[in-house]
Amino acid sequence: MRRLRHWGPGLLLLSPSLILLAVFVYGLIAWTTKVSVSDEHNALGSKGFAGLENYTNLFTNDINDRFVHSLKNLLIFTLVFLAGTMFFGLLWAFLLERGVRAEGFFRTVYLFPMAVSFIASGVVWRWLMNPNKGDNAGGLNAVLGGLRLDFLQSTWWTDPDWGMASMALPAIWQLSGYVMALFLAGFRGIPQELREAAAMDGASTYRLYRNVIFPQLTPVALSALIIVGHMSMKMFDLIMSVSGPQWLTEVPAIYVWQALLTSDYAKAAAISVVLLLLVAVVIVPYLIYTNRAEKTS
Amino acid sequence: MRLTRRAAVAAVGVAALLTATACGADDGGGGSGAKTVEVFTWWADGGEKAGLDGLVSQFTTDCAGQTFQNGAVAGGAGANAKTVLASRLQQNLPPDTFQAHAGAELSDYILAGQVEDLSADYDTWGLKTAFPKGLIDNLTVEGKIYSVPANIHRANVVWTNKKVLANAGITKAPTDLAGFFADLDKVKAKGIAAPLAVGKDWTQLMLFESVLISDLGPDKFTGLWNGGTDWNDAGVTKAINDFKQLLTYTNTDRDALDWTDAEKLVMDGKAGYQLMGDWEAADLDAKKFADYDYFTFPGNGDTFQWLADSFVLPKGAKNVDGTKCWLKTVGSAAGQKAFNTKKGSIPARTDAAPADYPKYQQAAMADWKSFKQVPSCAHGSACSQGWQGAANSALGAFSTKQDVAGLQKALAAAAQQFVKK
Repeated sequence: MRRLRHWGPGLLLLSPSLILLAVFVYGLIAWTTKVSVSDEHNALGSKGFAGLENYTNLFTNDINDRFVHSLKNLLIFTLVFLAGTMFFGLLWAFLLERGVRAEGFFRTVYLFPMAVSFIASGVVWRWLMNPNKGDNAGGLNAVLGGLRLDFLQSTWWTDPDWGMASMALPAIWQLSGYVMALFLAGFRGIPQELREAAAMDGASTYRLYRNVIFPQLTPVALSALIIVGHMSMKMFDLIMSVSGPQWLTEVPAIYVWQALLTSDYAKAAAISVVLLLLVAVVIVPYLIYTNRAEKTS
Repeated sequence: MRLTRRAAVAAVGVAALLTATACGADDGGGGSGAKTVEVFTWWADGGEKAGLDGLVSQFTTDCAGQTFQNGAVAGGAGANAKTVLASRLQQNLPPDTFQAHAGAELSDYILAGQVEDLSADYDTWGLKTAFPKGLIDNLTVEGKIYSVPANIHRANVVWTNKKVLANAGITKAPTDLAGFFADLDKVKAKGIAAPLAVGKDWTQLMLFESVLISDLGPDKFTGLWNGGTDWNDAGVTKAINDFKQLLTYTNTDRDALDWTDAEKLVMDGKAGYQLMGDWEAADLDAKKFADYDYFTFPGNGDTFQWLADSFVLPKGAKNVDGTKCWLKTVGSAAGQKAFNTKKGSIPARTDAAPADYPKYQQAAMADWKSFKQVPSCAHGSACSQGWQGAANSALGAFSTKQDVAGLQKALAAAAQQFVKK
């Protein structure tokens, strides 16, 4: 009774959000999983249990290997997106940390693109990444043409092999500032004493960063990778507004939407579950890691 | 004492939160009485809205005592409306009538038993004689008809820039694919790198379907969509190869363009030809571009590839009498005139007076009466939404990979998956 008094009110206060989570997150995940093993392929509804057939069909029996193609697109997009945001985020944070003038101004400038919605920036990037070259060039290609840098003109996202790398450009532009903010917080969190101690030991600036500061940034880098990585895997709105739904730039999230539009609920649910598992592969180890880190500290 | 107060605070807080969430669940019905007809469309602006308004004023005259309620959901070329509609149908809260492409796109609703059979009303309203037989055949699913088309558009039309063609010395329209290739070469020789303008996947599907009609003929073409013709047919292989050759005359940025962007290439004289549905006539007129001409896709002969918007009677509609009166108005001569003169399409009825319509529509109306009707997959009259999605995806892949055997295999697989058993 005493113990109940101790944690009872807290549990009671938490219960609304726990119930909502149970119903609207975990309940719906369970429901989606149930649909994904059914044969609900049209508006008629489910006639029975299909087992893992929907999943094996996605990987082995999809027309034109559509699903595997969408996974490949997602992989290229994610790699470029992660590398780009980490590089620019770290670079900008490093420059600001070295103490440039008007830091507040630059910080705002770099962070601001994050405030724009992917839909709005996608429309603009659709114009910028106009695939025409030469006389018909528009957007970035026209700028490059005007600078006599014609050899740099590109077909951007319409390139069949590396188009998804171009698709990552707007995403990098938008989220580098956020990664910068994370790193900047990381830099600021390193106690001044460590720097002073390194200086006393006669460490060069290179040594200071290489052996003292960067190792301290590992948790921040990991957080940034997780946050940007899971955003990348669920990417939908940006691609919808740059290219629209089409084969060339299809990623699993868009495939889900297309399958839903054609009432193929089982297939849409199966793709959603695969996507959930992909994100979980990244997120769950991170949660375990932070859990342990919090316990030891 | 402190603990009890904490508990009390917690209880009050929880209660407040729960009431707040419970407030979300009121009835969304909106109390439409038995005299209101809720018409669910994605016609929210432009010529489509004007056409709908025309139809409504006719409805008010014909169906005294009934009130029209606009249930339009704007945006996404109908995609938004379709998702809203799907959830309403699932909750058994259907609108009194909704817009859908006539033909096979209705098959999902028919299979799910969400729409009522209208065959008997077709007889009462005399629609079986008013519509051409080809259309009635295309609309009939296992002996039953489920929708009333409000308009007809034609898909297999090539639009041209007169000036570009005159510069290349082309004076008359080609009648077969060989002639078309020769003309495209002539335009290309005048320094126009991409004489045939085309846009992303579905516009390529339209072009491909026209080539299929040329290479297979109308009957075998229709058979592709109802299981009568095998997609592994040699004629399909030939069509894919012809289509591949046609793509060599098109703009390389095709996957980045919508149909209006491709239309602009023709208007700007950067291309000579574009295959598009005949809503292009109304659009070119609206954009004050007069220098255009048109012809049936070469080799299609007397084939009229149609698509139509239609209205249905959903199962569980609250006001069946009112909806039937709406459907009767939609099919009537006066209703079709009120709608189509404003929207820029032609009436499905063959007894309409051509004098009421602009120049292009007059020609199309004459063709509609005498030509052979075939359906279109890109616009849902030939295939279900799932099949359409698979075909668009396959064409999108072909646009980059140019793999003839791959496209044929993908289309055959799609047919196997979606054709009515």
